[in-house]
Amino acid sequence: MREVELLIIGSGPAGLCAAISAASSGASVLILERSFKPGGQLIKQTHMFFGSESQYASYRGVDIAGILLEKLKEYGERIELMLNATAVGFYEDNVVTVLKDEKEYFKIRAKSVICATGAFEKSLAFPNNDLPGIYGAGAVQTLMNVYGIRPGNRVLMVGAGNIGVIVSYQLMQAGIEVAAVLDAAPRIGAYLVHASKLARMGVPILTSHTVKEAIGKDCLEAAVVCEVDERFNPIPGTEKRFDVDVLCISVGLSPLNELLAMRGVEMKYVPQLSGSVPMRSENCETCIPGIFVAGDASGIEEASSAMAEGYLAGLCAAAKLGYAPEDFEQRRSEYLKQLEDLRSGPVGERIRAGMKISQL
Amino acid sequence: MRITKHPILTFERGRELSFTFNGQPMKGYEGETIAAALHAAGVKELGKSSEMHRPRGFYCAIGNCASCQMIVDGEPNVRTCITLLREGMSVETQNGKGRIK
Amino acid sequence: MFEKTGVATREMVITKFPPIERINKGPVAVVECYQKIPCNPCQTACPCGAIRIGEDINEIPQRDESLCTGCGICVAKCPGLSIMIVDGSKSDKTIEFRIPYEFMPLPEAGERVIGLDRAGQPVCEATVKRVMNPPAFDRTPVVTLEVDREFIYDFRNFRREA
Repeated sequence: MREVELLIIGSGPAGLCAAISAASSGASVLILERSFKPGGQLIKQTHMFFGSESQYASYRGVDIAGILLEKLKEYGERIELMLNATAVGFYEDNVVTVLKDEKEYFKIRAKSVICATGAFEKSLAFPNNDLPGIYGAGAVQTLMNVYGIRPGNRVLMVGAGNIGVIVSYQLMQAGIEVAAVLDAAPRIGAYLVHASKLARMGVPILTSHTVKEAIGKDCLEAAVVCEVDERFNPIPGTEKRFDVDVLCISVGLSPLNELLAMRGVEMKYVPQLSGSVPMRSENCETCIPGIFVAGDASGIEEASSAMAEGYLAGLCAAAKLGYAPEDFEQRRSEYLKQLEDLRSGPVGERIRAGMKISQL
Repeated sequence: MRITKHPILTFERGRELSFTFNGQPMKGYEGETIAAALHAAGVKELGKSSEMHRPRGFYCAIGNCASCQMIVDGEPNVRTCITLLREGMSVETQNGKGRIK
Repeated sequence: MFEKTGVATREMVITKFPPIERINKGPVAVVECYQKIPCNPCQTACPCGAIRIGEDINEIPQRDESLCTGCGICVAKCPGLSIMIVDGSKSDKTIEFRIPYEFMPLPEAGERVIGLDRAGQPVCEATVKRVMNPPAFDRTPVVTLEVDREFIYDFRNFRREA
């Protein structure tokens, strides 16, 4: 059985930063990535990121993936990136089972593991929500920004959070009409600068609206929306029909961390972090020593926080393996400070509450 | 359905590949997934659901949700949203649960 | 309203503009950032120290119009595309705006376009003076447009004629 020092599951912003951080301290790292492309969801983010210089603010996500992958190379053989490799099991003796290329199945034993498995898109219940043409907003982003293929001609976006408004803007950049963006909440959840970018392109943002039903036989042909009251009940007589061939669902993400639950890590349902998350220390370490979590797998946040958490988890995991750099404490405080900065404003209020509940 | 000009991105497509969809000849490009190539050709319905046999397209495009499963080269339950297109592939819509021979 | 539609009210917009006397003296940045979010590239990018956020990156940027030279470096750096440059020194009838525009095809100098307000509705005519898209702007082109003075607080975007 293959033995590794540090196994990182996932090569998105958290996983890549964790690998760079741990390798820079001297640890040997193996990264497992289930896709044939590294970078996680960074590779489809064409917009400039928020945050500060430490999280590459003002760079486009797709370019940040490139920067981080270049950095990985600096560590040569100390970091191995295995693509098309899905971690399918995580056992008591720190054995991770891997399915590679959908063919080979093998075991890896790791001294330490960082779970940076990300998140998945939630769905929404309404009649005919399974019609082809109804996609997760992230899926449409992949189709359009990774493969350069238009999802359709006219889109209705459900969800006015950051992903909903950003993907709507990106759809327009790809030359696709966005009929409207709706959200059941009475207020726009996205950063308002993103919403304004879309509003001044003439796209109406309809708050207190939801999808009543989708219409179509083999594929989506139209969607009926209606207003909701303050208790989210549909208001009869407010129905509007949009003739669209694409409906994007952007109603939030759920942390993807079943591997940690399987390993026996203490988990907790934390609504502020959008789902079941592992309990962890300030250093991103779970209740099982040597097992860490970083990024959306530990609770849904922005990519900037995922990167800072990755750096922190990588640093602390390496230190636990005996690779504490001289400036360990200084670097640890720096990453903690970055996270505090990113979470300290009004938009971070929910995250701060969630962090408190999920802290060991 | 393919984007040729984009303000931020440039799309470098690989060499053209031929494959079949339900026996019909189709073209796609190296480096793209089966579901992407089909979508570019206007095919959104990839299969039928297992109980009600309702049409199914992809949903997540990252191999998470299983909505895009098709029969590829005779093998069922292939997640076409993450499986790269290869020259000469036979791709078929899958009706319900796939049968493993 | 702003939190429901993403469209800032006229009152809100006016608070972000420097006095007209300053605009008439030469180009100056208008930073339409109304919400506390963790973001500070405008502060980092400004070579004159004219945009200040401070230690807490969640603070709303404050632009000091006496330090701002209207150089426009911040325009392409703002991830929210919330900054534009206004200049009233060129003519007493018009205002020049420099706004970010990440769509294709780009307009050409001399082209007449439809000026849009913050809700994307047509409000005026505008003339494209210049299109800048150097590598330093990293694919956020900045378009200079000339607009009648009366639309100074309304104009925010444009659309090319079909």
